[in-house]
Amino acid sequence: MSTAVADKKPAAAEEIPTFTATLIIRRFDPDVDEEPRWEDFDVELYATDRVLDALHKIKWEQDGSLTFRRSCAHGICGSDAMRINGRNRLACKTLIKDLDITKPIYVEAIKGLPLEKDLIVDMEPFFDSYKEINPFLMAGATKGGKERKQSPVERARFDDTTKCILCAACTSSCPVFWTDGQYFGPAAIVNAHRFIFDSRDEGSQVRLDILNDKEGVWRCRTTFNCTDACPRGIQVTQAIAEVKQAIIKGKP
Amino acid sequence: MSTINTGDIADGTVIDGVHYHQFDIVIVGAGGAGMRAAIEAGPHAKTAVISKLYPTRSHTGAAQGGMAAALANVEDDNWEWHTYDTVKGGDYLVDQDAAEILAKEAIDAVIDLENMGLPFNRTEDGKIDQRRFGGHTREHGKAPVRRACYAADRTGHMILQTLYQNCVKLGINFFNEFYVLDLVMTEVDGVEEPSGVVAYELATGELHVFQSKAIIFATGGFGKIFKTTSNAHTLTGDGVGIIWRKGLPLEDMEFFQFHPTGLAGLGILLSEAARGEGAILRNAEGERFMERYTPTLKDLAPRDIVARSMATEIREGRGAGPDKDYLFLDITHLEPAVIDEKLPDITEFARTYLGVEPYTEPVPVLPTAHYAMGGIPTNVEAEVLRNNTDVVKGLYAAGECACVSVHGSNRLGTNSLLDINVFGKRAGKSAVEYVKTAEFVPLPKDPAGGVKRILDMVRSGDGTERIAVIRKELQDSMDRNAQIFRTDESLEEVTQLIQKLRARYKNIQLHDKGKRFNTDLLEAVELGFLLDLAEVLVYSARSRKESRGGHMREDYPNRDDENFLVHTMAYLTGDPESEEAGDHIRLDWKPVVITNYPPMERKY
Ligand SMILES: Cc1cc2nc3c(=O)[nH]c(=O)nc-3n(C[C@H](O)[C@H](O)[C@H](O)COP(=O)(O)OP(=O)(O)OC[C@H]3O[C@@H](n4cnc5c(N)ncnc54)[C@H](O)[C@@H]3O)c2cc1C
Ligand code: SF4
Ligand code: FES
Repeated sequence: MSTAVADKKPAAAEEIPTFTATLIIRRFDPDVDEEPRWEDFDVELYATDRVLDALHKIKWEQDGSLTFRRSCAHGICGSDAMRINGRNRLACKTLIKDLDITKPIYVEAIKGLPLEKDLIVDMEPFFDSYKEINPFLMAGATKGGKERKQSPVERARFDDTTKCILCAACTSSCPVFWTDGQYFGPAAIVNAHRFIFDSRDEGSQVRLDILNDKEGVWRCRTTFNCTDACPRGIQVTQAIAEVKQAIIKGKP
Repeated sequence: MSTINTGDIADGTVIDGVHYHQFDIVIVGAGGAGMRAAIEAGPHAKTAVISKLYPTRSHTGAAQGGMAAALANVEDDNWEWHTYDTVKGGDYLVDQDAAEILAKEAIDAVIDLENMGLPFNRTEDGKIDQRRFGGHTREHGKAPVRRACYAADRTGHMILQTLYQNCVKLGINFFNEFYVLDLVMTEVDGVEEPSGVVAYELATGELHVFQSKAIIFATGGFGKIFKTTSNAHTLTGDGVGIIWRKGLPLEDMEFFQFHPTGLAGLGILLSEAARGEGAILRNAEGERFMERYTPTLKDLAPRDIVARSMATEIREGRGAGPDKDYLFLDITHLEPAVIDEKLPDITEFARTYLGVEPYTEPVPVLPTAHYAMGGIPTNVEAEVLRNNTDVVKGLYAAGECACVSVHGSNRLGTNSLLDINVFGKRAGKSAVEYVKTAEFVPLPKDPAGGVKRILDMVRSGDGTERIAVIRKELQDSMDRNAQIFRTDESLEEVTQLIQKLRARYKNIQLHDKGKRFNTDLLEAVELGFLLDLAEVLVYSARSRKESRGGHMREDYPNRDDENFLVHTMAYLTGDPESEEAGDHIRLDWKPVVITNYPPMERKY
């Protein structure tokens, strides 16, 4: 049994060592601030706490105005992508013990989308790109309301890209997207991939044409930032490469 | 009553700083139930979906294990066995006509999802694969049956994504990050009828009134009344709380499900699918203790029984760890390849959050507050009830916020993803039928008045009490006193605490006084709903002097069909600030619909 487990027992909480970490958070209150500003907070934490716990402690115990999105708290809803020590991650999936706590922890909003307040950005442009690639199964009706068949191999072909939770960590880590907000971005391509490689889908040519556009897949410079950022472990760069291949060679 | 002329409202009308909208159908909530309703309603009527979260952030996405349907794709099965299991699993408090609909329509519900694009796991011959889940059996309890359709351990994620994708396809109108805080009722010929809802827009802090002919509530559960829970931070029961404050009844609120396998200390869920694939619960001695409690189904007995057995193991000193206060879920005997294919996410949770490697180590687990069986009472057409027999015209509810009741006193695993699809669809259909002939009910003058009062109360917060402290005291006390084991004493303790917390709630301190993205304000409003719902739950639980399904009274350990084979219907009748809950809550009882299955002792 690992020691992390013993640490997590609520009853023994008093005995577990805590330490003070410093979070330096980039704040922005649109009602007051002209420019974002950095603010320090000292927080008492356990090694097993997540960055989300630290943010909650600040909000609940020190400054209620600290603003961020969150819901599920275990990496499944995609609400809390943010830049933590310069890397895009989910606050609820980043454990304090995995960061170097001898130094301050820097937290700021993801880049490339309009900043609204503190750690919140405007997600509309992100969802707009997603919607543009026809993110739904395009296939004729089945006879008599029956299930379509799909072999386990065919199903496995697009498994990786079905995991996407639309958190925007990938898209907002992409240098191409930072400089050209028109670029569809990795998340939209991942979701196109999910349908292009689904054996049941009949609309892949439409999507491939959309992504062959000048703001489509060819803007990708294969920097792998997206793959590193993805909290679901999706091979984003590879998915983009497969879509490029499909454009050149047709749907496999 | 003076009203606003319906003809004076067009989309974009602003009166006294409040925005007005008009839709035939308004759906509150964009989880599985809300979006399933939207897919039914959108093509036939002018429809809006209002959600406090972006649709894909809804907690349906956290569901893991599967969705039940007797497809019989991998072994013999039929909907009648499924009906029976649902009724028995709910300890006979299930309305049997509703359970029959659930089980029958399950098959189409799964096929609908597949046709919409859901990537189910497949059998070798390409059909939707199925696996075992607690309480689902063949031939009325003979042995576990493979009935759960699934997509790895991300079934809810795939359902949420697929429904959202189809909403995008249909061009459904979403109002995202809009918090609905009130239902507007207008008196028509002496009867209160719903005329719209009031929402607070997170981005701007502005209020919006949506006038509509039909309103569907699909706001999900309220697990955040407890400390240890599998539910999201945002599951604060706003919708159920709004209905309660209108004086409409809430049904069977005392029945809350504690899921056996939450990660110890965290409450994050490890799906029952693990046990469906062969995982075993063990105590500190390594014993497979469920064999002693339920010899036939063992680890796959229904959740109420497994959770109680676990609590008993710990009480009797067989818990693990230095404080003997947790148990183990053991999957070390499963092939890593099987684990990776069938249970990838939950094993990842154990690694990330507890630092445990499930291939080789057993995972520390404890029961976690999971699912509200009770909620807004509806009939099988998803129409909301105003008493035991009459409906509120134009008002519907579906999903976890509703109580049909298909889950009775204990829901079977995989029956909720089913419920949201079957009754979400029915709600959408019913609303479409209704608006074909219905007229708008005129809005009262100042329909947003009630919400303004709540916000003013909270905004004026210059007090000394922290929102988070009050919430934590409530949650701690609920875990201690209203969880798996309850007594009159323990319930009395939390009742008294709630009264004190209510007084302190009036003295809260708000840090954020701004208009834009004021989550501080909304947490305060949500806390108000949590206090209300905790109080009804506890009040209903005190009055049910028996043990049934998810409700275990140590002072009344047996099921008592003579007196309690009835649904609880709770009404808010007075001022919630009054000292005694009895002064402002009234209980009534509603008969259970029994068709084919006379109540029997529940053995597994
Ligand atoms: C971890 C976990 C695993 C589960 N696994 C399974 C499983 O394997 N099988 C199964 O059958 N069931 C499972 N369940 C149960 C099932 O997932 C839920 O009961 C079901 O998804 C609830 O769906 P819903 O649409 O009713 O609510 P939700 O999906 O919670 O959606 C609620 C919606 O209401 C909105 N909302 C809430 N309040 C407001 C407001 N004030 N204003 C506007 N919008 C509001 C939210 O934004 C959200 O869109 C699981 C549950 C959990 C927590
Ligand atoms: S691909 Fe990964 S990083 Fe990008 S949106 Fe999806 S889950 Fe997030
Ligand atoms: S809060 Fe849901 S992903 Fe982090």
